[in-house]
Amino acid sequence: MNTGRRNFLKSIGSLTILFSLDHTHTLASLLPADPELPGILQRVPAINAWLEVLASGSVRVFTGKIEMGQGLCTAVAQVAAEELDMEMRQVEVIISETNVTPNEGYTGGGSSTETSVLAVRYAAAAARKELMDLAAQALAVPAEALLMNNGRIAAKQGGRAVSFYELLNGKKLTGEVKLPLTVKRKEDYRLSGKSVKREDFRQMITGQSMYIQDLRFPGMVHARTVRPPGYQSMPGKMDEAALAKQIPGLLKMVVNGGFLGVICTDEYQAVKAQRYLEANTRWDVITPPRSTKALPEQLKELQAQTRTVKTPALPFPEDRVTLKASYSKPYIMHGSIGPSCAIALYHNNELEVWTHGQGAYPARDTLSRLLGIPAASIHVKCVRGAGCFGHNGAEDAAAEAALLAVAYPGKHVRLQWSRAEEHAWEPYGTAMCMELAAVLEPGGRISHFRSDVWSDAHSTHPGGNPELLISANYLARPFIRKPNPVGGGGYRNADAYYNIPNQTVTAHFFTGPLRVSNLRSLGTYANIFALESFMDELAAKAETDPFAFRLMHLEDARAKETLFRLQEKVSRLPKEKNTAIGIAFSRYKNNAAYSAVAAQVTLDPATGKATVKKMWCVADAGEIISPDNAVNQLEGGMIQAASWTLFEEVKFEGGMVTSRDWASYPIIRFSDVPEVEAEIIQRPGEKLCGIGEIVMGVSAGAIGNAVARVSGKRVRDLPIYGTR
Amino acid sequence: MTKPVTLNVNGKKHTLETDPDAPLLYVLRNQLALNGPKYGCGLQQCGACMVLLDGKAEPSCMIPVTAVTNKLIVTLEGLAKADGTLHPVQQAFLDEQAAQCGYCLNGMVISAVALLKAAPNAGEQTIRQGMQRVLCRCGSQARVLRAVKRAVKNKPR
Ligand code: FES
Ligand code: FES
Repeated sequence: MNTGRRNFLKSIGSLTILFSLDHTHTLASLLPADPELPGILQRVPAINAWLEVLASGSVRVFTGKIEMGQGLCTAVAQVAAEELDMEMRQVEVIISETNVTPNEGYTGGGSSTETSVLAVRYAAAAARKELMDLAAQALAVPAEALLMNNGRIAAKQGGRAVSFYELLNGKKLTGEVKLPLTVKRKEDYRLSGKSVKREDFRQMITGQSMYIQDLRFPGMVHARTVRPPGYQSMPGKMDEAALAKQIPGLLKMVVNGGFLGVICTDEYQAVKAQRYLEANTRWDVITPPRSTKALPEQLKELQAQTRTVKTPALPFPEDRVTLKASYSKPYIMHGSIGPSCAIALYHNNELEVWTHGQGAYPARDTLSRLLGIPAASIHVKCVRGAGCFGHNGAEDAAAEAALLAVAYPGKHVRLQWSRAEEHAWEPYGTAMCMELAAVLEPGGRISHFRSDVWSDAHSTHPGGNPELLISANYLARPFIRKPNPVGGGGYRNADAYYNIPNQTVTAHFFTGPLRVSNLRSLGTYANIFALESFMDELAAKAETDPFAFRLMHLEDARAKETLFRLQEKVSRLPKEKNTAIGIAFSRYKNNAAYSAVAAQVTLDPATGKATVKKMWCVADAGEIISPDNAVNQLEGGMIQAASWTLFEEVKFEGGMVTSRDWASYPIIRFSDVPEVEAEIIQRPGEKLCGIGEIVMGVSAGAIGNAVARVSGKRVRDLPIYGTR
Repeated sequence: MTKPVTLNVNGKKHTLETDPDAPLLYVLRNQLALNGPKYGCGLQQCGACMVLLDGKAEPSCMIPVTAVTNKLIVTLEGLAKADGTLHPVQQAFLDEQAAQCGYCLNGMVISAVALLKAAPNAGEQTIRQGMQRVLCRCGSQARVLRAVKRAVKNKPR
């Protein structure tokens, strides 16, 4: 293991300790776990796949997921330390790495992270049992009479203590995580459910090595890529000699079809080479026909595959419709602040890759097929990057670094994408259109609801398929992209959680003009924006207050409580001129966490500009491991959603993306950031749900509703500050 | 093509061989192995690469290294004391847990340090203006604002 890597391990491994440690829970206080183990534990039941005891007295925990700023490492350390009655700093966490961690596929924001945290909880509980049994033997004391504390086990009555490491004597844990399994009682938690400070914070704030961009290897060389002007273009003849004359540090120019890369000893030389080639390469450009129509019309004209999502008992009575409305959302970027970066080393027919992609194993499988190298000869390590919020350029960069490394063996090749590359080439969150219709009964209740959604795919993660890598499409022997898969997150939350007897939901899947993949909350953002805007429009028709209108269509007590608590926060605010509050509610995926958001918007009568002043959120995501981290996700989610909703739209023309920097694709800055307040309803006895994605759609709905109230203008096509 | 350049970084003089046009950021990261200043855009649009130049927060991603040979350069690494005591601004960020992924933290902290030096009693509007150049994708700005306000309150009097 190299030192760079070791630093990383250290940096994500040591976590803070905030509680004093005289905790004396006994096996007698344990209860049976859930009736079912997470699927991943059924596939990978060996305790030692998840947890290993180190000579230092620490334990090392393996998660197949990655840290994206969502606090995964902290949560994993929290639950492991909880079950094993250790200090959090005695728990080292390793994220997704081939042949090291379990294969947990890709890391999503929704609930997959929580599954991994649960898996570690159960693995740690199983490890506890095995260690206790070993100690009972070693100390000749029944397990019930033993006490576990800080990596040691001793008899309650005093006497000899043994450490975990001594018990195992250098061997691994041998048991399996299986039912019945006893876990700690939630009432006895001393870490889980409490806010702990992230120890990685000190490292971040002092500029220690943390991110993929900070990895440095001896002799490492620097690469840049040169992109075609559009998705489908091939370069003309390349002149390496001319480039070498310009760039003295040029080590190699790699041309493979439309894939163009330069490798230099020095990073700035690589940047210069990139600029030279950008200015001096002639491309055969294939330009798709331009359209003068607005985006929603363009999308609805595309050939689509239709899927019936929900069929009602009674058909939709076209002649009695009370309200119809169409909404749309443009293409939105992930817009990570750190553009994609990767390092690859090809040496003795073995390939090593460092990536901030969302899963090491799927990346390995994709690389294997892309390069024709057996998977067994490829080692992929995930390293932290800047917050990505889904599938961005990370995996593309990893594949490109590998292509370059194979062409230039023996050295670590570091590829850094430019801002323009990240902006123009990442897979966006797709544009969508929503057409809604409803019938209101005389009492003001909705009797029929119809939703038609137009969407491209929401996940095109390669996962073994090189054709989903951007540069693989234009290699000399290209992997040809097929039309995007139908289904996925397009109609997520398109059906209303409200109690409406007759719901018709139809999804229309197209393959659109821009490259797309998953972005935080998938289709929910657009669907909830539309649905919650529509609910306000219907409430107005019914002459009912927006809170009351939603509440009269809800039965679920947890749903109602989020709205009640939100109402408490905003209903007694003093009335201000040119100011209005808008609200929205949803249950994520209609089966996970609940959230209700309010937005306060003021209108400048002189300029007509609407400004979001403040946002409130009440969320119920069941059991919460770290409340402050959950609040952080909610606050950040509201601000990011405000940015999407107010500002963001990927612009393109003739198949070329024209949003290539932060001026042509603005995101929210401090001048427009609202104050935010988030409250969590903690329910330790309820299922753990993901919290990272739940406020995106509700925030958009609340902002839209507030803007409509304060300005009298209903914006149905996002972004709100857009020109359409 | 390269030439020797002397820089004063975090209180130490460094003489190194570099392309004279190379932006300061590349020299700090690759030749001095500093991690604080980050590459975000290379266009002076995002603030990820902020450093203190004679106490003022400036992006380092475009300015040629030869233009800063007469300046005192301080990076994120240079803020804490030798004994590990954090700068009050760093401490305030830590207390408020003001980040998610943390990639923007360098620009946030460097900007806040410069801002509070120029305006020790900065209020909401001044703080927002002072931080305007720094982007954060994770939506940590609300926490950053709280952290900067905390630093204003905690400043030594
Ligand atoms: S990297 Fe310098 S401002 Fe963005
Ligand atoms: S915390 Fe991720 S960019 Fe600011």
